[in-house]
Amino acid sequence: MSGHAGHAAHAIAAVNDFVIKFANVNGSGSASANEMFAKAILRMGVPVSPRNIFPSNIQGLPTWYEVRVNERGWLGRRGGVDLMVAMNPQTWDADVKEIESGGYLFHDNSKPLPLSRLREDIRVIGMPLTAICNATYEDPRQRQLFKNIMYVGALSLLLGMDVGAIETLIAEQYRGKEKLLDANVRALHLGRDHAAGHLEPIGLQVRAADNVGERIFIDGNSAAALGCLYGGASVCAWYPITPSSSLAEAFQKYCQKYRVDPEGGGNRYAIIQAEDEIASIGILTGAGWNGARAFTATSGPGISLMNEFIGLAYFAEIPLTIIDVQRGGPSTGMPTRTQQSDVLACAYASHGDTKHVVLFPEDPSECFEFSAQALDLADRLQTPVFVLSDLDIGMNQRLCAPFTWDDAREYDRGKIMTAADLDAGRDFGRYKDVDGDGIPYRTYPGTHPERGAFFTRGTSRDPYARYSERGPDYVYNMERLLRKFDTAKALVPQPVPRQAARHAPFAAIHYGSTAPAMAEAIDVLEAQDLHLDTLRLRAFPFPESVRQFVLAHEQVFVVEQNRDAQLRTLLINEFDLDPARIVAVLHYDGTPITARFIAGEIRRRMLGANLQPRGEEEVA
Amino acid sequence: MTWITKPKLHHPTLPKNALCLTRRDYEGKISTLCAGCGHDSISAAIVQACWELSIEPHRVAKLSGIGCSSKTPDYFLGQSHGFNTVHGRMPSVLTGANLANRGLLYLGVSGDGDSASIGMGQFVHAMRRGVDMVYIVENNGVYGLTKGQFSATADQGSTSKRGVVNSDSPIDLVGLALQLGASYVARGFSGDKRQLVPLIKGAIGHRGPAFIDVISPCVAFNNHAGSTKSYEYVREHNDAVNRLDVMPPRAEIVVDYAEGESIEVVQHDGSSLRLHKLAADYDPRDRLGAANYVQQHQARGEVVTGLLYVDPAATDLHAHLGTIAAPLNTLGARELCPGKAALDRINAALR
Repeated sequence: MSGHAGHAAHAIAAVNDFVIKFANVNGSGSASANEMFAKAILRMGVPVSPRNIFPSNIQGLPTWYEVRVNERGWLGRRGGVDLMVAMNPQTWDADVKEIESGGYLFHDNSKPLPLSRLREDIRVIGMPLTAICNATYEDPRQRQLFKNIMYVGALSLLLGMDVGAIETLIAEQYRGKEKLLDANVRALHLGRDHAAGHLEPIGLQVRAADNVGERIFIDGNSAAALGCLYGGASVCAWYPITPSSSLAEAFQKYCQKYRVDPEGGGNRYAIIQAEDEIASIGILTGAGWNGARAFTATSGPGISLMNEFIGLAYFAEIPLTIIDVQRGGPSTGMPTRTQQSDVLACAYASHGDTKHVVLFPEDPSECFEFSAQALDLADRLQTPVFVLSDLDIGMNQRLCAPFTWDDAREYDRGKIMTAADLDAGRDFGRYKDVDGDGIPYRTYPGTHPERGAFFTRGTSRDPYARYSERGPDYVYNMERLLRKFDTAKALVPQPVPRQAARHAPFAAIHYGSTAPAMAEAIDVLEAQDLHLDTLRLRAFPFPESVRQFVLAHEQVFVVEQNRDAQLRTLLINEFDLDPARIVAVLHYDGTPITARFIAGEIRRRMLGANLQPRGEEEVA
Repeated sequence: MTWITKPKLHHPTLPKNALCLTRRDYEGKISTLCAGCGHDSISAAIVQACWELSIEPHRVAKLSGIGCSSKTPDYFLGQSHGFNTVHGRMPSVLTGANLANRGLLYLGVSGDGDSASIGMGQFVHAMRRGVDMVYIVENNGVYGLTKGQFSATADQGSTSKRGVVNSDSPIDLVGLALQLGASYVARGFSGDKRQLVPLIKGAIGHRGPAFIDVISPCVAFNNHAGSTKSYEYVREHNDAVNRLDVMPPRAEIVVDYAEGESIEVVQHDGSSLRLHKLAADYDPRDRLGAANYVQQHQARGEVVTGLLYVDPAATDLHAHLGTIAAPLNTLGARELCPGKAALDRINAALR
């Protein structure tokens, strides 16, 4: 027997409820094997939520893949690791340290490890992966690659997984590449056979269930790209930036499949990889001005560069959609870690008095829906609309509700004045509030030979688009823009309330990728007889119901993933609320927020132990 | 910028073009630039070119950046949609507009500060991307609207109105355009309308990025002795390589020049460019030769004007992207949305 057990008094035993983490070296080909492992569990009807924790690097630095298996369907990060697959010597110490007491360490024991570096309270499972691969394969690349699929094989046996599910996944992945397919299946079984002959059973088990249902498994960036495809975006301009690049690339892929004229007439889309984010948004501005639906995908630094244009698009009233997949800031910050730290930068982007529509999707399903909706809202409101995703949603596959589309759904192109309208003698004032909702009418360039032309500019103008620096003209326009923002309140996705089982003076507000961890935290707190109402915000501007929600509670926790409590600031600023009433619960170390953290922080505050606005220090 | 609209009083004998429009129908608001500004002459040349070609004014989209030059789109083609964008960023906005509707004629007006300094990157990338547009830089070597600072096209050693000597090397936008792949490159002089109007007409007929650098003296800040962008200096040092006639496809082409003195180039839209050669050794179909010629003359302090390079078979960004013929802004859900059945299949593949 090559594995040697530690002296774990209480080895963790769990069925369909544990966390397994793979510690790998970036570029070693582990990603596809790890993904296959997670997907195989899904195919067994057991919900999983995997997360890539990766460096800003192509090859050599440490990377992790954390898979939470949870039959109840909690998809947030739990915190803690029950089984560590430690394949990276660089991070060995930290990885071993992270294992829960009673947990398991799986490692390659081809070379002996100093026992002094192990813990007494975990069980160690050693498998000579390198030795087996070196004995089996000649090619160094194969020796490396098949190590990954081999440990998947061994784990699948230890965890009692359905080998058929993995074989099917391998077959799907290597369809048409039979040689690779066979080699992978062989490596899988080499791993299983070794485990069967040499490794002791463990307390973690996967058992087939029926808890996945119709849900789909996709990353938020692909979902948002699909939303743009369905929402009718025909122009996309972008500049590569982590973690948003895969969104534009997915849009390209979908367009090549779904947007090519079947009669050979060409492409019904135009995608430009621009020279920078300034050009990206410039292209969007031109396209939006000219009546095409246009979007970009970017991240925080891109938003900073776009600021001047955002002000122009706001003031000149040009529809465009910006999908910001947030990462850790400021500056280059933590480009491969997650945060919700662009809230204020987007809500009030650009100089002068500005306010923008911002949507907060919670998962890939909403990334799809909100991206499509953003294109409608931009046209309806004639303004930039932001979709604020983040790395956690954008770059991780997430189990979520399937995408839906009603074929009767029409695009809302907003208030367009046509040649027929102009011929009928309708008065056209580009910046005139005709309907009282703050939204003016616009004409597309080229509409009519004699009427409807106007000069678009970033300078102040009168309701007929004539240059004017007269105070009353300027104020009329700025007030109208506010009125328009008010109109937006009823058009954006409304907040989702959840009432506690019993009357609760406490409440929590959250948004975006915090949702799954929040739902689990509330469940944990309820089990401890701590009750809270919650409100998940889905858009800015906030409708009046949000103010009512806050006022209906003595204390409201605003849970978010940034240092400065940005959404809290936005709430206080927009509703003129008493800051003492609103307590920030903040997690911003770059890892996705966990249910343990939220429940712990809120519990501490609810029990009156400590009403400090921040409490990072108690969390590892 | 002005809010004064010109009175529309048409003299009954004003000549009309094929659309029965007079030149006045191509004018815009009253200019607020300084009296004698070269930019106003360029606006007049644009009006003349569009009128002569019987362009429908509403089928033109005129875009600009920020600065004196960028104000001018308000002063011509009052029936065209205009967009005064962000300083140095006209090229990207025009690119997006062009992607949305390939059916309009795109006229971008910029200045030397706009295109050679803050917007250099955008100028460069619009040229190399092959955006189908007429890109006019009204080049006076100076920041006029902020009162007389040197721009990046000011010649080394030239002096400002206050006597400051410019020590930086100049950026030659024509040289850059040639290198970057612009398929129609010309230089004109705002004081030579006879040469400028046909250059603009040729650019309008061209498919692909057509760049015209127009030396346009600033009467307020850069028209003194010591300036190399003054009326006097440019008149004395202008070396015109050719004179151009542009004949629309419908016009009968009358050959009235001796062989060897002229070159005829037929462009994509069927129009014919007839170049009367003034410099015997100049061939405007040779990109490398053009770059070489322009630089050699520049080194001698001469400003080469005329049609410097043309590739009549050039293609544009839409051809590179393979977009459909119909403008993208005319497509609706039927053409753009794959529908529920396709989405159900996508869902099924994600389980």
